[in-house]
Amino acid sequence: MTVTSAPPQNTRLMRTLSVLRDVVSRPSGAIGLFLVVFHVVLALVSPWIVPYDYKAMNSAMMLTGPEATHWLGTDHLGRDVFTRVLLGGREALLVTGIATPIAVTWGGFVGILFGLIGGRIDEVLMRVVDAFLSLPWILKMLVLIVTFGTGVEVLIPTLAFFYGIPVIRIARAATHDVVARDFVSAARARGHSRMTIIRHELLPNVLDTLMVEGAMRWSWMLLAFSSLSFLGFGVSPPTPDWGLMIADARGFMSFAPWGVLGPVIALSSLIIGINLTADALAKALGIDRAQKAPV
Amino acid sequence: MTGPLIDIRDISVGFTGKSGATLPVLRNIDLKVNAGESIGIVGESGSGKSTLALAAMGYLKRGLRLMEGSVAFQGQDMFARTRTELEQIRGGELALIPQNSGQSLTPTLRIGAQLVEALRLHADVPEAQYSAKAIELLGQVRLPDPAAIMTRFPHELSGGQQQRAAIAMALAGEPTALLLDEPTTGLDVTTQAHILELLRDIARDRGMAMVYVSHDLGAIARVCDRVVVMYAGEVVLEGSTRQVLKTPIHPYARGLLASIPRLSDPRLPVALDGRPPAPGGAGQGCSFVDRCALAQDGCRTSRPDLERLPSGEAVRCFHYQEAHQLSLTGSGAIPASLDGASPSALHLDDLAISYRRPGLFDKVLGRDSAGVPTVNGIEITVAKGETLGLVGESGSGKSTILKAIAGLLPPSGGKITVAGGQALAPEVEHRSPDHLRKIQLIFQNPDDSLNPRQTIAQILEQPLKLYFGLTGDALHQRSADILDRVRLGAHYLDRLPSQLSGGEKQRVAIARAFAAEPDLVLCDEVTSALDVSVQAAVLDLLNDLKATQGTTYVFVSHDLAVVRALSDRVAVLYQGRLCELGPSADVYAMPSHPYTEVLLGAVLEPDPDTAPTLSADDVVELSPPAQGCPFQRRCPRKIGRICDTDTPPWQHGTQGHAIKCHHSIADLATAQAEGAAGQRA
Repeated sequence: MTVTSAPPQNTRLMRTLSVLRDVVSRPSGAIGLFLVVFHVVLALVSPWIVPYDYKAMNSAMMLTGPEATHWLGTDHLGRDVFTRVLLGGREALLVTGIATPIAVTWGGFVGILFGLIGGRIDEVLMRVVDAFLSLPWILKMLVLIVTFGTGVEVLIPTLAFFYGIPVIRIARAATHDVVARDFVSAARARGHSRMTIIRHELLPNVLDTLMVEGAMRWSWMLLAFSSLSFLGFGVSPPTPDWGLMIADARGFMSFAPWGVLGPVIALSSLIIGINLTADALAKALGIDRAQKAPV
Repeated sequence: MTGPLIDIRDISVGFTGKSGATLPVLRNIDLKVNAGESIGIVGESGSGKSTLALAAMGYLKRGLRLMEGSVAFQGQDMFARTRTELEQIRGGELALIPQNSGQSLTPTLRIGAQLVEALRLHADVPEAQYSAKAIELLGQVRLPDPAAIMTRFPHELSGGQQQRAAIAMALAGEPTALLLDEPTTGLDVTTQAHILELLRDIARDRGMAMVYVSHDLGAIARVCDRVVVMYAGEVVLEGSTRQVLKTPIHPYARGLLASIPRLSDPRLPVALDGRPPAPGGAGQGCSFVDRCALAQDGCRTSRPDLERLPSGEAVRCFHYQEAHQLSLTGSGAIPASLDGASPSALHLDDLAISYRRPGLFDKVLGRDSAGVPTVNGIEITVAKGETLGLVGESGSGKSTILKAIAGLLPPSGGKITVAGGQALAPEVEHRSPDHLRKIQLIFQNPDDSLNPRQTIAQILEQPLKLYFGLTGDALHQRSADILDRVRLGAHYLDRLPSQLSGGEKQRVAIARAFAAEPDLVLCDEVTSALDVSVQAAVLDLLNDLKATQGTTYVFVSHDLAVVRALSDRVAVLYQGRLCELGPSADVYAMPSHPYTEVLLGAVLEPDPDTAPTLSADDVVELSPPAQGCPFQRRCPRKIGRICDTDTPPWQHGTQGHAIKCHHSIADLATAQAEGAAGQRA
């Protein structure tokens, strides 16, 4: 048989590039990706570009409005709000940036394993997962934080653990669709081990879903981290953090709204950016946004 | 009205490709359908036949647009009409019957309610008579007990019954023309034959025109007066059914006919090499030039026009007068076969498989809940180097048996033994590496059996690493060698399955199975998802591999002609029970078991002079009877109570030909001869 076809190409790289191009070509993807990249770059360089020391208090200038020297005004201790907003995402991005990949990895692995095993064991274990998800997240997290203390070394594993659980559901559902296909039967009939089947047959097909889910988890986790800070269980003062800043400034909101607005806009724009990127990514990958798990 | 009913004039339909260029799907098509006339549109997948049929309704799929030309129904332009006008016509005077009615019927509405809705929208019947009219329509499509069918939901009907219900809905608006898009594809052979007879009769009785789209020339031969052959979005040949199927004057039509396996021909069909150009891919010249045996330099530079001949035919070819030189029937290879007594490669000993697992209640009550097994009493020995064909309709358990041999579905009873008398562990997890390697399975649909995220190299490396521990250059070299053996080049290694055509994908799946150097290859409907011309090439490849590797095949298919082309012996299954077993030549020449007779009688040949014999109802049975003969409820030669109560014994004929029936082979031969004589008289 004579064969005429397109020339060979590096397929994996080509696909990654074409997905990236697709994301950027969508308005939501372009805006979202810009916001995310902007925040990440800012978090990396902000210590060297901020105009003031974030700890420097000034009792002569408390709760002053925006002006030329203090673009976003000052807080109740006379600290520059702009400086603190620029620095306020560092902690959140560091913690969630480490915890998200951990959550997606362990949740994804367990979900794929459940999906592959199937049958009664899968059903029983998933009911356990459901029961766990039915508890309010803040309650579960506070129990751990109160027991082990606040600090980053507790927050990262705590967030990674709790946010991995909804990933189990998504990974399992995606795996169920793949397990039913003949190429998995073919691998089983050849006699491959369970681990080989997970690595070579299932994971590459579930990875797209996991990536989108990971982005969604990241934005949820940012919100959770900020909420914990707001409640006083996250970052301890005087380290600047958006959640903490909102908590500190809300008492003066009626006459000094800039103290709240700055961190709120920063946090919102980052979360919106992540969500827009996740949406565009899901469309570019050809999967609909996975059903959001109750968190 | 004087002019043609449907008048398609010089239409071209296209879409905008990723590069921004307009890519044509249909190119300059003229088609006239007169009242009461039945026209068949044939072509391979992607030839534009469905697009053309839908364009006749004034409908184009999303993304497609009409570039030039016009479509008129009853003299009025369909693309110029308003939405309301189109709604009146569609489903009314011009009705569509889609391929899979199970999906086009609303799952949450009863058949009666759906029919009444069709009547309300399109029929000129007073409201009080809707029910009566609906029952009358269901009776006309020969559904048993129409009043009961009215209250059923679509999922409670079999595929054939759903298709009949869809036909009844189409008839509700008293259509003058019916568009049928592959209406019998996916149905069993006997059901298909019955539906086609029904359509023929209805069209004749009502003077209805039909536009019948299909890839199946056998079905076209049965229902159509005229045939239009499409290739790469063009009409390449048009003529009466007899002209097109008996003496086609276009090289493509001849190639297509030669690639169809025939029941009467023990040889393999001839493959049509190459593949059609993608939309926009046809160059300056004739779109068929790359695959044409008659192609000359002129064919590459200028595109032939559709030439109308005095005989009533129309052909798009410069060299149609030479087309008769090309062979029309299978002159392909003789199936490879090993003679003489060979040792057994596979023995199934009283194999039984049950899908039902005992539930909690059954365990508590200690009762045996397995009930009647899906597959039972399968006793077959396959000799080394032999090809055993397993045939039967859907639900006959043929794929289930393959899964059991492959270890994917543990049998509930019986034993599977391989060469050397070693029993196989029922579950794949407990089998020895040697056993695993020696048995390989090829699946029906390569889109499903090849991991879309793996390159061809990664797909082929899996068995090579697992069974032979190859790495590095040796691994790469072996992968390339194997691709070469299935007639694909090493440059395919870096591609993903989605970059290959259907036939190429199936070759990769075959290559993966043969990479293990197996003794026994299980083929599960391996050609069913492919176009006929590609199917012939895959059959040829399997035959070659068998000749060079000495592999034993168990070949499962619902297509009796395909099994005929490749098998040494054939086993006929009904409801998971064996009916007939014997050398292919004998079984096809003299089908003895009443079921085999019914099955072979219903096969459609691409020949307007043959007619199927419909000797039993096409009722689909969902579960086998608890006792007696599995075919008792449909058997045209039923004796009486003994068939209901006693499992039929093996009746032996010559050369290992045997049937499971209460009649003897000799008695059945006499009865068939009498029946044939009776029909002639």
